[in-house]
Amino acid sequence: MSAHPTSPQFKANAHEALGDAQLQKALGNVRAGFIDKRVKAAAKLPEFEDLRDSARDIKNHALAHLDLYLEAHEAKVSASGGTVHYARDSAEANRIVIEICRARGAKTVTKGKSMISEEIGVNEALEKAGMEAIETDLGEYIIQLRGEAPSHIIAPAVHLTKEQVEADFRRVHKHLPADRDLSQPVQLLTEARTMLREKFLAADIGITGANFLIAETGTSVIVTNEGNGDLTQLLPKCHIVLASIEKVVPTLEDVSQILRVLARSATGQDMSVYTTLSTGPRRPGDVDGPEDYHVILLDNGRSAMLGSEFEDMLRCIRCGACMNHCPVYHAVGGHAYGWVYPGPMGAVLTPSLIGVDQGGQLPNASTFCGRCESVCPVRIPLPKLMRHWREREFERHLSPASTRYGIAAWAFVARRAGLYRLATRFGMAGLGWLGRSHGRFKWLPLAGGWTKYRDLPAPQGETFQAMWKAKRGT
Amino acid sequence: MSSRSDIFSNIRRSLGVTGTERPRLSAVAERLAQAPKGVPVARGQLPKDDMIGLFCAQAEAVQCTVSRVADSQQVPEEIANYLRNKNLPATLRMGEDARLSAMPWSKTTLALSQGRSDGADLNAVSHAFAGVAETGTLIMTSGADNPTSLNFLPDNHIIVVEAADITGDYESAWQSLRERFGKGLMPRTVNMITGPSRSGDIEQTILLGAHGPRALHLVVVG
Repeated sequence: MSAHPTSPQFKANAHEALGDAQLQKALGNVRAGFIDKRVKAAAKLPEFEDLRDSARDIKNHALAHLDLYLEAHEAKVSASGGTVHYARDSAEANRIVIEICRARGAKTVTKGKSMISEEIGVNEALEKAGMEAIETDLGEYIIQLRGEAPSHIIAPAVHLTKEQVEADFRRVHKHLPADRDLSQPVQLLTEARTMLREKFLAADIGITGANFLIAETGTSVIVTNEGNGDLTQLLPKCHIVLASIEKVVPTLEDVSQILRVLARSATGQDMSVYTTLSTGPRRPGDVDGPEDYHVILLDNGRSAMLGSEFEDMLRCIRCGACMNHCPVYHAVGGHAYGWVYPGPMGAVLTPSLIGVDQGGQLPNASTFCGRCESVCPVRIPLPKLMRHWREREFERHLSPASTRYGIAAWAFVARRAGLYRLATRFGMAGLGWLGRSHGRFKWLPLAGGWTKYRDLPAPQGETFQAMWKAKRGT
Repeated sequence: MSSRSDIFSNIRRSLGVTGTERPRLSAVAERLAQAPKGVPVARGQLPKDDMIGLFCAQAEAVQCTVSRVADSQQVPEEIANYLRNKNLPATLRMGEDARLSAMPWSKTTLALSQGRSDGADLNAVSHAFAGVAETGTLIMTSGADNPTSLNFLPDNHIIVVEAADITGDYESAWQSLRERFGKGLMPRTVNMITGPSRSGDIEQTILLGAHGPRALHLVVVG
């Protein structure tokens, strides 16, 4: 998936998604599930807005001193017996993973949920190297059975209905009785729990992501609800952490501030069930835990975002609130975005990571309603960043000719106040006259994209500017 | 050039720094040494009794069951009752925690076993390092005394926490952790646990018992 983005075909993807009845039914759960829960959780904590400022400031401070905090983190990991590796890109990160696995003679690898692992496509790399990679997060497990990519950064299978999951379990878990009841989500969960328990206990290597790295202590942090990430890193002999360089924060106190806005923004929980802080491998006297602890730090274009107009994006803590509140995401789901990161954060990050020629369509998938920015726990100005990408796309002549000429014509008129007034007055009056009998248009030249899905109301009365002028009496 | 030096020089070029500037070095050293607390949360600063009440209420709000006992002598009986009332077998796995070992288990009929879990244990008990009132969170530290596998593999996990170890906020728990393990040092694993395992991955319906314990019972001592 990560190797072959379909982001350039966003329009076609979106069109297909709008016509997919199953998907539309499943997307109803996003609209219904996340928004109210976040509002309630935020309302219960009077300091929530101040904590958002604090989280933003901590991440800004960490980014401004990123080189130094990475050095501090590395020194602490080494002191606790772990190893830090650096990877410039996906290929390098995969190579390091496979070297570690080969050195252990690994056959099976369990995985906790990690967006970085999706970004680098580590599952494919492991399979090519002859090893089995097993996703253990329930949502990730389901989409792995289907050969799909996640459609949401914290709810990877949000695009599926329980009937689809049931069909997949019946297709894959063939050794179980065919007449078993799987009509309820709890039965599906229990079956996955049983299937995966064996895998956890048999795995040679466990790979997790990291929500944070702590410089003060050389610690990696994962935040989960299921406990799969913990079994993944606890039971095998070797734990590999895949993280990107911007995950480092200074101290335990700083992590605590950000944790207070993370789960509340993501799922509306005060705190996720398991927040796990891992520092190095098994200690003398320990009776469980991995013998090796590796942290692979991925750059993949992030160092170039520092100091640029897109630096704000590196604050992102991957809560998913922006997509949970996005009308475009609600309509088309995550797969339409065509790469790893969907929704508003994906629309900004994707062109940064795979290039504006590949991901340049995504920043156009926005109504600029501003809800994403209003809920972002680290106050990333997502609409502004999407606008920056649109400007770049325009400058690089990547947008279609019709768009470019249309915008140029509009700009010509809009920059001349008298001409603009004249054009709107006659244009609107003309349209009003043409549409006077029905009050709406079923079809209009140059507006077929609009009228294909809904009628355009015919303008009535004066233009806004004329009314404003009359009201103010000037 | 190695990947490491390549990445560091890219970061420094983007930030317009060399990595040797005094003010930057001292800003980082100071922050790491002092660990400023940031925005305080009012609900984390309650008087001790209210704090314990908040801890219990928050834990129950995330589907823990909570019982309080006056002293550690009553813990074994409380756990035996809990298992009996849930119709669970009278078995219990635990680590080498001295506080747990000193409890009068012989007063009960529980069949005890000691050590990490290999996945076959139904019930386990662990002793918490601390509890945090603001979200009803338990702080667990790894080691032979309380093996991490007991936190995740058994179906029914019981955690004993001393009322005296319940703090208002996370920051206070980190303070205690530093006093125990040293500044900048951590046990291999610190688990912050807030309720039993759950998943909302199928149609956003929250279900308990995804991969970790299906039930989490807390015994607050004192």
